[in-house]
Amino acid sequence: MAADEKEPRKGAEPTEGADKKAPKDDAKSADKTESAAETTTKAATETATKAATETATEAATETAVEAAVEAAEQSPPPMLSVASSPHVRSNESTAKIMWTVFACLLPASVWSVYIFGMQAAIVLATCTGSAVVFEALVQYFTKDRTMVQDGSAALTGLLLGLTMPPGVSVTICLIGAFVAVVVAKAIFGGLGHNPFNPALTARVFLLIAFPGAMTKWPITLQAFAEKPVSLYGQATTWYSSFATNKTLSLPVTKTDSVMEALAGKVDVITGATPLAVAKEHWQRGTGEVLHYTDYFVGSMPGSLGEVSVLLLLLGAAVLLLKGYITWHIPVSFILGVVVMAGMTHLASPTRYMDPIFHLVTGGIIIGAFFMATDYVTSPTYPLGMVIFGFGCGLLTMVIRLWAGFPEGVSFAILIMNAVTPIIERYTRPKKYGLKPWAEPEASK
Amino acid sequence: MSVSFRGGIHPRYAKELSNDAAIERLPPPDEAIVHLSQHIGAPAVAVVKKKQEVKKGEVLGEAAGFVSVPVHAPISGKVTNIGLYPHPFGSLQEAVVIESDGKDEWTDLPKEVKPDSLDREEIKDRIRDAGIVGLGGAAFPTHVKLSPPPAKNIDTVLLNAAECEPYLTADDRLMQEEPDRVVSGFIALKKVLGAKDAVIAIEENKPEAIAAMEKAVAKAKGKAVRVVHMHVKYPQGGEKQLIDAVLGREVPTGGLPMDCGVVVQNVATCAAVDDAVRFAKPLISRVTTVTGEGVNGPVNVVGRVGTPVQTFIDAAGGFRGTPGRVILGGPMMGGAIHNTDIPVIKSTGGILVLTPEQVPSGEFDSCIRCGRCVRACPIHLCPNDMGNYSEVEMWEELEGLDVNDCIECGCCSYSCPANRPLVQFFRYAKLWIRQQQALAKAAESKDER
Repeated sequence: MAADEKEPRKGAEPTEGADKKAPKDDAKSADKTESAAETTTKAATETATKAATETATEAATETAVEAAVEAAEQSPPPMLSVASSPHVRSNESTAKIMWTVFACLLPASVWSVYIFGMQAAIVLATCTGSAVVFEALVQYFTKDRTMVQDGSAALTGLLLGLTMPPGVSVTICLIGAFVAVVVAKAIFGGLGHNPFNPALTARVFLLIAFPGAMTKWPITLQAFAEKPVSLYGQATTWYSSFATNKTLSLPVTKTDSVMEALAGKVDVITGATPLAVAKEHWQRGTGEVLHYTDYFVGSMPGSLGEVSVLLLLLGAAVLLLKGYITWHIPVSFILGVVVMAGMTHLASPTRYMDPIFHLVTGGIIIGAFFMATDYVTSPTYPLGMVIFGFGCGLLTMVIRLWAGFPEGVSFAILIMNAVTPIIERYTRPKKYGLKPWAEPEASK
Repeated sequence: MSVSFRGGIHPRYAKELSNDAAIERLPPPDEAIVHLSQHIGAPAVAVVKKKQEVKKGEVLGEAAGFVSVPVHAPISGKVTNIGLYPHPFGSLQEAVVIESDGKDEWTDLPKEVKPDSLDREEIKDRIRDAGIVGLGGAAFPTHVKLSPPPAKNIDTVLLNAAECEPYLTADDRLMQEEPDRVVSGFIALKKVLGAKDAVIAIEENKPEAIAAMEKAVAKAKGKAVRVVHMHVKYPQGGEKQLIDAVLGREVPTGGLPMDCGVVVQNVATCAAVDDAVRFAKPLISRVTTVTGEGVNGPVNVVGRVGTPVQTFIDAAGGFRGTPGRVILGGPMMGGAIHNTDIPVIKSTGGILVLTPEQVPSGEFDSCIRCGRCVRACPIHLCPNDMGNYSEVEMWEELEGLDVNDCIECGCCSYSCPANRPLVQFFRYAKLWIRQQQALAKAAESKDER
């Protein structure tokens, strides 16, 4: 819907009156209102012919109009465009926002490639690329104004990729991108009209459709061999503590394979995410030793985007500083998680993990800063944002602690997306002009 | 310490283009087109005839009712025509055309009087007879603002010296160059209203003006006038935002500043009031900033009412390249004109020329609900939802979202990344609601008959 279609209908066009002044002036004033030279001449000629046919009077009038048109063509007067105020705009644009968020996710994406190797790169590239292609196709068929370059499809694709386990097949990535861009967004009317976060809708779809593939969390050899002592240390800690203390469940499924991997015998081993491990523990009621720093820098099994809290926070800090997101949703989201985890942990420290564990594992950080803050699907008023974020945090913890899935961020955000319109309705800001003014007594 | 309000935006102010340019005087025009409708309210009624000789300051049109002011001849000469001419607000309006006789002679004016020697009614009469209106842009007759109903208790009079519109520097220069005149006019207004408190509120980006005004206030001691510094933010000079920032009061919905005990006046209005009170000089000229990247040399000039816009642009060195848009007023709330032959009126405080590259394209996308407009709205409305309802023409819902409270400051449109013409939507919605109300009223009166 372009503005030039709308403006003549809705705009307060100051020239309308002037146009009626005299047929002689018609061409001149029509000239000045249009901004493009071609449409100007066209409009002038049209007006002239219309006037001529309608009045169908003396040839004299007609020739006068024609003369005016000719004069206007030969020495065009300064062409001034008119429109409703304001006449200046900020330099923000949808594309700028989307691409900035995209860029803020890149450090974490690059890190996931470093950790998981080429398979991560393939997943991220497939998701991002195919999302853009699907968006372009949708626009080709719907004949909408092309908006692929606004970056929203690329961002959706990248976010989807970051929620995937590394090494998931290309086919699953393509299906996910299709669900995200076509089913979750385009069908609802495109950017700005989707009720649910497209990337998360696709992730949840895939989780239900391909539960096996979507919960296989590989740990690469590179991660153990090249990186850092902490990883190697962690693996050996797991192993040795397993050896000595049989009650500790390991984040890797086959403990022997860790050693085989370290010895270069196999390429890839898979492991459960810390949350899955923890869940197992809750069910069995045993305690364990966990290394928060490893989760924080990302050397643990998990989705591509879950692995590095540090780099995600770096990107989020940029968004906060630029004002692209506000503190309301992330802070209240985290607060919801901390409150819930804190209460359960205090009630039963051996059964439930503490809040820090919950914050640095799984998708809380990417969810709170990059998913829940999606403009389209979250409230826009400060109070609504806080309610939304807090609700996301609470629901995430409810699912993590008591539901069938080890992770609940995606579900929690989607559920809160659904109630966003209701939150919006009841959290509108109080408008200016309702504050009562008490006349000072003395002046009465 | 500076004061402010919640919401608002920080646009590029671009005041450096013209805030060093001292006020110059434009020569009287050869032909002045003086609109009879220079103010909000009933247009003045012409009392001159074609071919009549008039002198500068002579009444061309008498006030038609209480909410109306007279219009005076800005130059001496002969009335050549009385007819419809393009008005800065867009439509064709009745105007008196005067051809200059080149003498620029004043009509007879009474001797100078000291403002202290006049009583409240005398001051008010002089202000009305001089045709003074609010020169900040709305052009509301000043004497009406000075006549609150007896039930209203006005305890404060505010001088709006924010000049928060980007680009404009006319008030800034006037305060720097003639602070005594401004303060004297302001004190006269305070006297008329019998207000206890008088506050001059200036944005902090005008340090010279603040210094000059503080000096002038110190000179006029015993008049209980104080100067308040304000944070630089648009629309700090919006009447409602100003009152909130300075006094912490809110103008009640649908009400006027006088409903919370305040009357707000503009800098240029005060200067004009001083002329009217001391010399009984009618308002026939004012300071106007001619600026923008689209003119060669931005200036602040005193121009006569009825001078064509083109004359002002020529005084600023003419267009630089092709002009993109010519705006009467500032970029946020000013109105674009299609033709530079349009004459200026009393409330034209700025002429802004933008280059074609600066003009927004007009294309817009879907709302992405980023909430920038919500944070920017100084009235704390929800422009995002209101815009979406406008697009599908659900006007009743818009009324429910208080579209009628919108002050059309432009913060929402400015901050929208999708370039949505929100203010334009809301203007249209308000028009629709007014029409519906008129229709309903008409139907009601029909029923009664």
